[in-house]
Amino acid sequence: MATPVMDKAETPGAAPAASPYITVTFRVRRFDPEVAADAFWEDFQLEIDPKERVLDGLHKIKWDMDGTLTFRRSCAHGICGSDAMRINGKNRLACKTLIKDINPEKPITVEPIKGLTVLKDLVVDMEPFFQAYRDVMPFLITKDTNEPTRERLQSAADRERFDDTTKCILCAACTSSCPVFWNDGQYFGPAAIVNAHRFIFDSRDEAGEQRLEILNDKDGVWRCRTTFNCTDACPRGIEVTKAIAEVKKALITRRF
Amino acid sequence: MKIHKYDTVIVGAGGAGMRAAIESTKRSRTAVLTKLYPTRSHTGAAQGGMAAALANVEEDNWEWHTFDTVKGGDYLVDQDAAEILAKEAIDSVLDLEKMGLPFNRTPNGTIDQRRFGGHSRNHGEAPVRRSCYAADRTGHMILQTLYQNCVKEGVEFFNEFYVLDQLITEVDGVKKSAGVVAYELATGEIHVFQAKAVIYASGGCGKFFKVTSNAHTLTGDGQAAVYRRGLPLEDMEFFQFHPTGIWRMGILLTEGARGEGGILRNKDGERFMEKYAPVMKDLASRDVVSRSIYTEIREGRGCGPEGDHVYLDLTHLPPEQLDAKLPDITEFARTYLGIEPYTDPIPIQPTAHYAMGGIPTNVEGEVLSDNTTVVPGLYAAGEVACVSVHGANRLGTNSLLDINVFGRRAGIAAANYSQTADFVELPEDPASLVVEQIEQLRSSTGNERVAELRRELQETMDANVMVFRTEQTIKTAVEKIAELRERYKNVAIQDKGKRFNTDLLEAVELGNLLDLAEVMAVSALARKESRGGHYREDYPNRDDVNFMRHTMAYREVGDDGTETVRLDYKPVVQTRYQPMERKY
Repeated sequence: MATPVMDKAETPGAAPAASPYITVTFRVRRFDPEVAADAFWEDFQLEIDPKERVLDGLHKIKWDMDGTLTFRRSCAHGICGSDAMRINGKNRLACKTLIKDINPEKPITVEPIKGLTVLKDLVVDMEPFFQAYRDVMPFLITKDTNEPTRERLQSAADRERFDDTTKCILCAACTSSCPVFWNDGQYFGPAAIVNAHRFIFDSRDEAGEQRLEILNDKDGVWRCRTTFNCTDACPRGIEVTKAIAEVKKALITRRF
Repeated sequence: MKIHKYDTVIVGAGGAGMRAAIESTKRSRTAVLTKLYPTRSHTGAAQGGMAAALANVEEDNWEWHTFDTVKGGDYLVDQDAAEILAKEAIDSVLDLEKMGLPFNRTPNGTIDQRRFGGHSRNHGEAPVRRSCYAADRTGHMILQTLYQNCVKEGVEFFNEFYVLDQLITEVDGVKKSAGVVAYELATGEIHVFQAKAVIYASGGCGKFFKVTSNAHTLTGDGQAAVYRRGLPLEDMEFFQFHPTGIWRMGILLTEGARGEGGILRNKDGERFMEKYAPVMKDLASRDVVSRSIYTEIREGRGCGPEGDHVYLDLTHLPPEQLDAKLPDITEFARTYLGIEPYTDPIPIQPTAHYAMGGIPTNVEGEVLSDNTTVVPGLYAAGEVACVSVHGANRLGTNSLLDINVFGRRAGIAAANYSQTADFVELPEDPASLVVEQIEQLRSSTGNERVAELRRELQETMDANVMVFRTEQTIKTAVEKIAELRERYKNVAIQDKGKRFNTDLLEAVELGNLLDLAEVMAVSALARKESRGGHYREDYPNRDDVNFMRHTMAYREVGDDGTETVRLDYKPVVQTRYQPMERKY
């Protein structure tokens, strides 16, 4: 085994001599019904290292400039799903988007995700989103009356079959990027279908037919028009559109 | 102000809270109050696995697991609790599988297992494959599976409710839990929850450090709420620094990376852990590895222009193995560092990770008001609690285990209690403390800012009470924290509104962090020995004669209103294992 060359990777902050900081403009959509009825854009100029996250920029604003700026966040590395927002017109997690990757030359626009009611600044009402999730029965259903004493067996291939959709963090980036969802809040939306897929294709689950019937509804999978916005938006790299297509196919063939 | 009445109230909806809720909801009318939507909880950030001696891939048994846990905790572990942890681990994993958790599988279709730090065959002979895992997203899968099962069981959640106070009423000379007071983020409204049983499962307090794997929201709210009501906190000086955080950012890179064969190297490319732990090497316990890393850095063998980090080298592992077993952490390296782990080593440094200490409980999850007395109706489980199964240093994969074993136990015990107990009368004007605190912050015209005080706190904690400590550094921290607590009285916020006032909540959270930082530093100052995660350069050896005992810290308020931390001690429960010198 070759010993790796140990001075290859010198990021971040490779050159301590030169200041890494640049000035950027954050153009943030503001709304607080306690103060004013209408939403508006507000610009903030800040010094930031381009290798920092959009979330770091929002924190600089909140902590050092304007404490009223309101957004959700927690883990700050793309696992908890709190900080999905529309950044330069695309749905992303603020903690997984680096400044350098979104052209800091121009103002960076930050606004709430679409299709869910805005409550304050970047905070939206997540209840309709979670209701759609709950509606697809997102839990393992088995008909065992006698629980096995050991684990159920599952082949590695059967486990792999639904691996992609187990990655969902319920951030709503996909659902709130979907034009069908924007126009009609009744549509289950991609995230709920992803979570139904996760169980329909799990070899241990025995309620696939029931979930398919739920998704066969007029507001179910057939509303999807395959625009791929959801796949582009997913911060976990889930092939959302493919998962929806697999559910559609299962509805036609009744095989899954 | 609204008043609610439930049999059982659970504070927090991470792994421990939701595992408790699944049990409690089946048995009693339960409400879960959580400051985050449940799936945002930091259990989801855990990566490497959950220990259980399933023996699916090689010989193993729960007794070896118990020993490793006791030794890993540098013998400060209560051994009766560790035995329960290791024994019930097996059913805990199987329960999760039955709930639907998608574990990685062996070729036979059983749950796959991998190596992890400090877990060994036959009392330290060699590493053993004990960690049950789902790629490097085990915590994510546990959090999702528990939430799915909460949906199935119809668990009632109050999302974005911040519990700010614990209510205690004295009945016939016995202090009993009466309920909690919560602040609703969406509206600013105060809610009083009267409950026969309250379970704290609100997680850790790592945000008092700067470089940390902890979420912004891990601010010790549960610990602070009970501490302010006169209940003790146990072993708060013991904090774990995980060896492999992303350099400067602190984002966790799982120990599973080393379990899969990853190697730590210094600037000369040397596998330095061979020097410090000849048998377990890179898979020694976390305290040992973190100290070794800093020793390399201090002795001039750190990497980079400032020599302030070392490398986690995965380049010798096949890309297919990284894709299958470590997909998330390799993506973190690409996203946040612009590094390709197939070909380049990843710069890492130890990152503040886990509080071994917390609210003292017995093995049923019942909270103690001193060394032995139970507070009727009050329970705690998970990182917020101290059972103590982790002692002076937790083994990797034992925290996902802890939340499942003791979350379940607390859920059952609390629900059984609330089935038979009566409601305790609420104190007069139960929300007064919270109302006063909120009003004070909202109306303050002081000139101190939350972000600045928090920054100074984090900097002093990183500089003075991290991996290496001395009397002098800890005293520096104690003095700085005292100054910050004084300045905190003049803190002012900009957002004066009721709706989603996160400015206000960050101020409240800072107050919690300051209280807990003080407890930690004062506890650390008094422990004049080195044990597990608490390393004193001025007392480099473990001292079983004077310090084989748990620290119990109490808040004392003098007649003039001055607050101090009073320390007491509690014996360690030893059953099978006599303390030995700890080598890996």
